[in-house]
Amino acid sequence: MSTHATDTMSATPSQGFYLTSEHHPENGTMLGFWIYLMSDCLVFAVLFAMYGILGGNYAAGPGPKDLFELPTVAINTSMLLLSSITYGFAMLEIQRSRKGATLFWLAITGCFGAAFVGLELTEFAHFIHEGAGPQRSAFLSSFFTLVGTHGLHVSFGIIWLITLMVQVGWRGLTPENIRRLSCLSLFWHFLDVVWIGVFTFVYLMGVLR
Amino acid sequence: MSAASETPHGEAGGAHDHDIDPRHVHGHDGGHGSGAAHGTFKGYVIGFLLSVVLTAIPFWLVMDKVFADPKTTVFIVMAFAVVQILVHMVYFLHLNTSSEGGWNMLALIFTMVLVVITLSGSLWVMYHMNTNMMPMSPQDMRNMP
Repeated sequence: MSTHATDTMSATPSQGFYLTSEHHPENGTMLGFWIYLMSDCLVFAVLFAMYGILGGNYAAGPGPKDLFELPTVAINTSMLLLSSITYGFAMLEIQRSRKGATLFWLAITGCFGAAFVGLELTEFAHFIHEGAGPQRSAFLSSFFTLVGTHGLHVSFGIIWLITLMVQVGWRGLTPENIRRLSCLSLFWHFLDVVWIGVFTFVYLMGVLR
Repeated sequence: MSAASETPHGEAGGAHDHDIDPRHVHGHDGGHGSGAAHGTFKGYVIGFLLSVVLTAIPFWLVMDKVFADPKTTVFIVMAFAVVQILVHMVYFLHLNTSSEGGWNMLALIFTMVLVVITLSGSLWVMYHMNTNMMPMSPQDMRNMP
């Protein structure tokens, strides 16, 4: 056993070390993060199911037709969509190893994300001001839970984005930072996918109902 | 010292296994650098333009009330949402059947099965419970134990 060990070690010491440490942890992280996103997907599925069940119970309060303003939702959607492509541009700059351009596109992404959260909070404040808070009806409780959970995800995504911008600015585009940015990329695009469900099922279909 | 001589053995052995492992070849193709598949400028732009079109049409259909029957609009809007989700998966999340050796796709399919069961099951059960409830006036409801 020990002679075998010495043989292998002397034969391919660098190759052995190099291969195992290179791609195993990285593949593991990305796959693990993907599985986290899938579990997050289940969280949203349950919230969507809840909204689907309770979304029609207005308790004689305001319904979607009275509350939702589609132009605002359209602007909100475009904010998130634009932030998706600017994050894509950041990922392309990472491939070219250009730190400054990466930080620039990340900052733009963060601004679009902040605009999205800001508009959503304005909308929420407007609803609550009109007496259509989460405690008004089952429809509004489920609406605030579903849309609020998505908004909370985007808010945490922005915090994560700022943290990574600081880290990239400090350490540069190291393999660790690139891995983190790839995880955030998945997270960010995934939130955009969830938003497609939100604007379709909650806003557009709410107005149609 | 003995631990130090043991470790290279394990790793060298692992590396040797990997040389004959077909998955290793894939790991180098799809997992270069970050493990996730790479996007291209063209891919992102195509995905973005498709998303803009697939978002704008449902909003236009609903806001301008293009179809008189809301049910028609609901079906078309839902179809657009499904297509747009697929566009995002392919162009932004770079999902394909070979990324991470197919495990990404497998996890996604499993999740989608669970999502469909959760959504359709909840809606189906709760709809029937609502329909089969005994009629009750608000007064009765308030006096419920």
